[in-house]
Amino acid sequence: MLIPRLHIPDGFVNLPVSALFGLLSIAFVGLALKGAAKTLDDRTTPLAGLTAVFIFAAQMINFPVAAGTSGHLVGAALATVLVGPYSATLALTVVLGVQALLFADGGLSALGLNVFNLSVIAVWVSHFAIVGLRKVLPKTKSGVTIAATVAAYISVPLAALGFTIQYAFGGTGTIPVGTVGSAMIGTHLLIGIGEALITFMTVSTVIATRSDLVYGWKPTLEVRS
Amino acid sequence: MSKVSKRFYLYFFLASALVAGALSFYASSQPDGLEKVAEDTGFLDTAKDSAVSGSPLADYGVAGLDNERLSVGLSGIIGILVTALVAFGVFAISKRFKTGAKN
Repeated sequence: MLIPRLHIPDGFVNLPVSALFGLLSIAFVGLALKGAAKTLDDRTTPLAGLTAVFIFAAQMINFPVAAGTSGHLVGAALATVLVGPYSATLALTVVLGVQALLFADGGLSALGLNVFNLSVIAVWVSHFAIVGLRKVLPKTKSGVTIAATVAAYISVPLAALGFTIQYAFGGTGTIPVGTVGSAMIGTHLLIGIGEALITFMTVSTVIATRSDLVYGWKPTLEVRS
Repeated sequence: MSKVSKRFYLYFFLASALVAGALSFYASSQPDGLEKVAEDTGFLDTAKDSAVSGSPLADYGVAGLDNERLSVGLSGIIGILVTALVAFGVFAISKRFKTGAKN
């Protein structure tokens, strides 16, 4: 196997807790379907679709982080700054759905767990981090890029915390939550560095060429004028 | 859509195709963060095979293709095409929620 498995498989978390997160995920994706409508127009819809495509592609590139461990992009902050949190939730959910159904990566009963951690937690953490950071950073393209980069870094250990909570309530293993949680967050503090780097490179490229399409840049323009 | 936008989106798509179709071969095959944690702390054995583990694209390869470079690359290209199809479908559905008043 060339590409390692990227997402939570079936079995790690029991069915009742998986089902609960499945329902929560359905609710958030429903809200995202409604919310995204406001930001989608003929100019930005192609970018939203292509963001999902790019994230699928980038998630295939596992990078080494420590002895015997690799990590991969989540893409939540990247998507959030480019197309806004609602479309980002939808883009990430499409990627996770395709990976689970076609590529057998991420369990089917675990789909709600994965969607909740990546499409909901990582996206909304990124959104609030970007909004907060933009208030203190310079109102420039670099300011927006740095906000997205920092958000990317924060979003990864918080998504790992999401899994830890799911494991705490429904883990089928006998390993104490504290052990699992500290290992998850420790490892993902390292993986977050890769997330931040890829987000920085991608966002700075897009914002340099087509800032008019970037969701996270538009409100800045309004503030300035 | 303007010519400039078309070119930008084309480049965006081609960059994704390059990553999924060619660079993916060079990805690290070391276990991912979660799997490594599960292995080290000792709950990896609670994982179950996906119900679709028999999928011809399971684990980012194309069943029957022995050449690894071709197998992972083609699975990546199929992946981005399917993702594009589903994503544009989902965003088209989302657009229908747009109320006339707001537009």
